[in-house]
Amino acid sequence: MAARRPDPAARAGRGRAARGGAADGRPAGGQAAGAAGAVAAGLPVAESPTAALIPVMTQICGAAGVVSDPRDLATYECDGLTSHRTAPGLVVLPQTAGQVAAVVRACAGAGVPFVARGSGTGLSGGALPRSDGVLIVTSRMRKILEIDPVSRRAIVEPGVTNLSVSKAVEPFGFFYAPDPSSQVICSVGGNVAENSGGAHCLKHGFTVHHVTGLEIVTPDGELVWLGDGTSAAPGYDLVGAFTGSEGTLGIATKIVVKLTPLPEAVTCLLAAFDSTSAGGTAVSSIIAAGIVPAAIEMMDALAIEAAEAAVQCNYPAGAGAVLIVELDGPAADVETDRAAVRELCEQAGAGEIRVADDPAERARIWAGRKSAFAAVGRISPAYIVQDGVVPRTALSRVLARISELSAGVDGVRVANVFHAGDGNLHPLVLFDDSIAGAGEAAEEVSGQILDLCIKAGGSITGEHGVGVDKSRYMTKMFGEDDLDTMQLLRCAFNPRNLCNPGKVFPTPRLCGEVPGVRRAPHPAAAAGEVDLF
Amino acid sequence: MTTGAEVAVALAGTGAVVGEAGPGDTVAGVVPACVAYPGTVDQAAGVMSAAAALGMTVVPRGSGRTISWGPPPARCDVVADMTRMDRILEHAAGDLVVRAEAGVTLGQLGEVLAAKGQRLALEGPAAATVGGVVATGAAGPLRLRYGTARDLLIGITVVRPDGRVAHSGGKVVKNVAGYDIGKLFAGSRGTLGLITEATFRLHPLAALTAYVTSDYDDAAAAAAAVATAAASPLQASAAEIDRPAPGAPVRVGVLLEGTASGVSERADRMTEVLGHGAQTSLLAPQWWAQRGEAAAGPVGGTLIRVTFWAAELRRVLDAIDAVGADAGVAPAVGGSAGAGVLQVSLDAGEDPDQVAVFVRALRAATGHGGAGDPAALARGSVVVLTAPAPVRASVDMWGPVPALALMRAVKRQFDPGNTMAPGRFAGGI
Repeated sequence: MAARRPDPAARAGRGRAARGGAADGRPAGGQAAGAAGAVAAGLPVAESPTAALIPVMTQICGAAGVVSDPRDLATYECDGLTSHRTAPGLVVLPQTAGQVAAVVRACAGAGVPFVARGSGTGLSGGALPRSDGVLIVTSRMRKILEIDPVSRRAIVEPGVTNLSVSKAVEPFGFFYAPDPSSQVICSVGGNVAENSGGAHCLKHGFTVHHVTGLEIVTPDGELVWLGDGTSAAPGYDLVGAFTGSEGTLGIATKIVVKLTPLPEAVTCLLAAFDSTSAGGTAVSSIIAAGIVPAAIEMMDALAIEAAEAAVQCNYPAGAGAVLIVELDGPAADVETDRAAVRELCEQAGAGEIRVADDPAERARIWAGRKSAFAAVGRISPAYIVQDGVVPRTALSRVLARISELSAGVDGVRVANVFHAGDGNLHPLVLFDDSIAGAGEAAEEVSGQILDLCIKAGGSITGEHGVGVDKSRYMTKMFGEDDLDTMQLLRCAFNPRNLCNPGKVFPTPRLCGEVPGVRRAPHPAAAAGEVDLF
Repeated sequence: MTTGAEVAVALAGTGAVVGEAGPGDTVAGVVPACVAYPGTVDQAAGVMSAAAALGMTVVPRGSGRTISWGPPPARCDVVADMTRMDRILEHAAGDLVVRAEAGVTLGQLGEVLAAKGQRLALEGPAAATVGGVVATGAAGPLRLRYGTARDLLIGITVVRPDGRVAHSGGKVVKNVAGYDIGKLFAGSRGTLGLITEATFRLHPLAALTAYVTSDYDDAAAAAAAVATAAASPLQASAAEIDRPAPGAPVRVGVLLEGTASGVSERADRMTEVLGHGAQTSLLAPQWWAQRGEAAAGPVGGTLIRVTFWAAELRRVLDAIDAVGADAGVAPAVGGSAGAGVLQVSLDAGEDPDQVAVFVRALRAATGHGGAGDPAALARGSVVVLTAPAPVRASVDMWGPVPALALMRAVKRQFDPGNTMAPGRFAGGI
C-alpha cells in the first residue's frame, strides 16, 4: 500500500529506475574504477562492507555490471512503493545464473545482506534495498531459453517481462496466464517472488499455479533446481513454497512456466448499476449460477469520475458503479454464459449494458479500469493504494463500512476499484498532502480498512505482498505459532537471514544451527565461468 | 523403552480415544504400539505433545488405504488416526470455499457440495479423507485442468511435532500474506506434522460432461492425439490413456465439461481431433482412472508413477514396452498422459528381482537413473508408489530427488527429533 502518487519525486524515481535498467552500460563502472584508482594511489580507503566488495563484484559482473556512484545508486532507492526509500550500498547487474551465484557467495562470505530486484514494480517494498547491502538486479537476464509447445512449457530467465512470455508463445497458440497490471514491464522473477496475480487470476490462477520448476541461487550461493518442470516432482513442493516468499528464500535464476492454450473466444460485458451493492448482487448471482468468468472487476462512482477525467472512457453517465465481466473459453460456452451474465445483471438492476467481442472494443471497456489507479491523480493531490481481501459474500458489507470510515474523517475520501470476483479490494485513499496531518489521517483510514478485511475473514494482501509495508500487520492476521512455523521454512533456506532481511516478518526468528561454510568450490568457479577472487 | 501400555496411558490423558494396535494397523509391515484417535485440534495437539515428551514416533493416517505405500517407517510408535475429526466446518457456497477437518471423506464432502451445485476438483475413493489426499498429493484425471491438492488448498491447520498448532493461508482464494505452509504439507506424507484442517477452493459442477474416446494400435498416433487434445482451445478437463498390456492398443479418452450446448459442440469437434472412429459418451469408459493413485480399487502388485514433459509421451510408452520385454515383465500403463503423469502397474505375481530390474532400467531409459545432478533440470521421475515386500527390499522406491539437501533442511527445521513418519519420504527423510 502507501504508493503515494502523484508525487513528483516518486515519479522521477520510477522513471530513473526504468531508464537505468536500459542504459546501465554507461557510467556504472566509473566508481569501481575510481575505487581501484584510490587503492592504487595508496590513499586510505575507509571501506564500508559493500565498498569492500566492489573489486570482487567487478570481477564477477564486469565494470558495466556494478553500480556504486551515489547518484546512480539513488535510481534504485525504491520499488513501486515509493514511500519507502533507501539507497543501496552497491548494485550489481549479473547476466548469468553463475554470476548471481558468485555474487551471493561473495555477499554470504562477507556477511553482507543482499536483496534481489526485478523490474522494481512491486507495491509492498519487497525490493527495498539495504544501505549496508547489495542489490542484485536481474533485469539483464532476459532470455527466453526454451519453448516446448507440445509439453506446454517454457523456460525463461528472471528478468524476462511477463507480457513478453505471452508474446513469444502466441504463435504456438498459447499464453502465459498470470497477468498483473504491470505486465508490460514487470519481470517473471519478480512475479515468482510475489506470487503475482492479475485481473484474470479469478479463473486462471496465480503465478504459483503456472510455475513448475525453478533454478535458484540459495542464500549461501548454491545453484539448485527446485522441481523438475512436471507438475508432480517427487519430494516436498519447494517450488510452491518458494513462490510468493518475497525474495527471502533465495533468487530465482531460471523459471519453468506452464503455457495455457489461447481461448477460442473472449467477450467482455460492461454493466452500470446505481450502487456497488447492486453490482455486488450481480456478482453473487453470476457465481451462484456456476459461471466462472475470467475476470469480474468493479469501480465505484469516485473511481469512475477519476477514470473519466483521465482517459474519457465514456462509461454510462451517472452510474454509481460499473461492473466489467470478461468471459473466455470455447466459443459455444462463452456465448451461453454471456447471455446468462447479461440476464443476471439485468435482474440485479443494471441500467446500461455494453458487450464487446473484438479486441479493440474490449480495450475501450478496459481502458477506464486500467487507468483507474493513475487516474485518481486527476481528482486528488495524493493517495494511498490499499490491497486487502474479503470473502466475496462480505463485499457489500465491507464497502459500506469503508464508506462510513472515510465519511468520518475530514479531507479523506476513498475510491474503490476492485477484483470483485475474488473479493480483492483496492481502495484508493485520497488526501491532500499539502494539508498538515492529512497523510496521517489517510494512513489511519487505510490501516482501518485492513482491520475490516481481517475481521471479515479475509487477508491483509491479495497480490501486492507483505514486504516492508505490511509486516506490522502480520501479527493481526497470524498468531505467534503461525509466524514461528512460517519462519521454520525461512530458517531451512536462509538461516543467516542475509537474503532480503526485514521483509514479510515483523521480527526475525533465530534459526539455531547455522551450517558452516561450503566445502566444494562453487560450480561456476569450478567450471571456469567466473573467477571468484 | 516405553511400553505400549505406558504410551496408551500417556495419550489417553489428552482426551483422544486410544486403542491397542491390531494387525490392521501395521504401516508397511511395521506394527505400532497404539492408535490414537483425536476428535479435536486440541486433542491432536495433546497427542503430538505427549508423543514428543515420550520420544515416540508418529505416523498420521486417514482412511488407511495408502498407509502402506512408500518405504516403511524406520519406527512407528503411534498411529494418529484422523477419522474422528470428520466435521465440515464451513461451506461458504457464495465464496466457493469449504473448510473441513482432516478426517472428512471425499464422499461425505462431495454430497454436501453437490447439494449446492459445487465440487472439490480432487478425485479419489469416496472413503479417502481430505487430510490424506493433501498429505499424499494423490490426484486423478482432473489434474490436467485443476491441478492437485496443492493447487486447490487455500488454508491449512497443522500440529507440529512439538504439539504447537499453526495455520497458514486462510479462507479467501486470493491471499499472499506470509509463506504458504500448505504447499509444503501437500504431498509431505506425514513427515512434517499432522494436518488437522484444510480449506479448499471449490468449482461449480458442470452442466454437462462428456467423454470422447478412441483406440490406437500405434503409440505414436495415440501420443499425437493426446498432445493435440491437451493443447486445444476446446478446454479438455482431462486427457487420459490406458494400455492394459505391452503391445496392446492404446485407449485415449478426453473429458469435456461445461455448458450443455458448449460440451455437445466441443465433443463433436474433439471427435474429429481424435479421429480413428472416436466415440462420444456421457459416461466414463470402463478403464477411466482405474490404474492411478486415485483409483478406488486395492493395489495388489507394484504401482509406479512415471512423470515426464508431455512431449516425451511416445518415448516413455516405448521405453516401458522395451524395458518390460528386457526384464521379462508385462507392465500395464495408464493415467494422465496429457499432464505428463502415468502409472505403470505390474502384477503381484511378477518375479520381485525382475520388477527391480524393470524399475532401474526404466529410470535409466528415461534419464532418471543417475544420482541427480542438482545443476540440471530433471524433467521427470520414476517413483515406486507401492510394491510387495520383496520388491521394496531390492529397489530405491523414490529414486533421485532434486533439491534433496534443501528438503532435508526443511525436515530438520520442522521435525528436529525426526519423529514424524521417519524414513518414509524421498531420500530417506
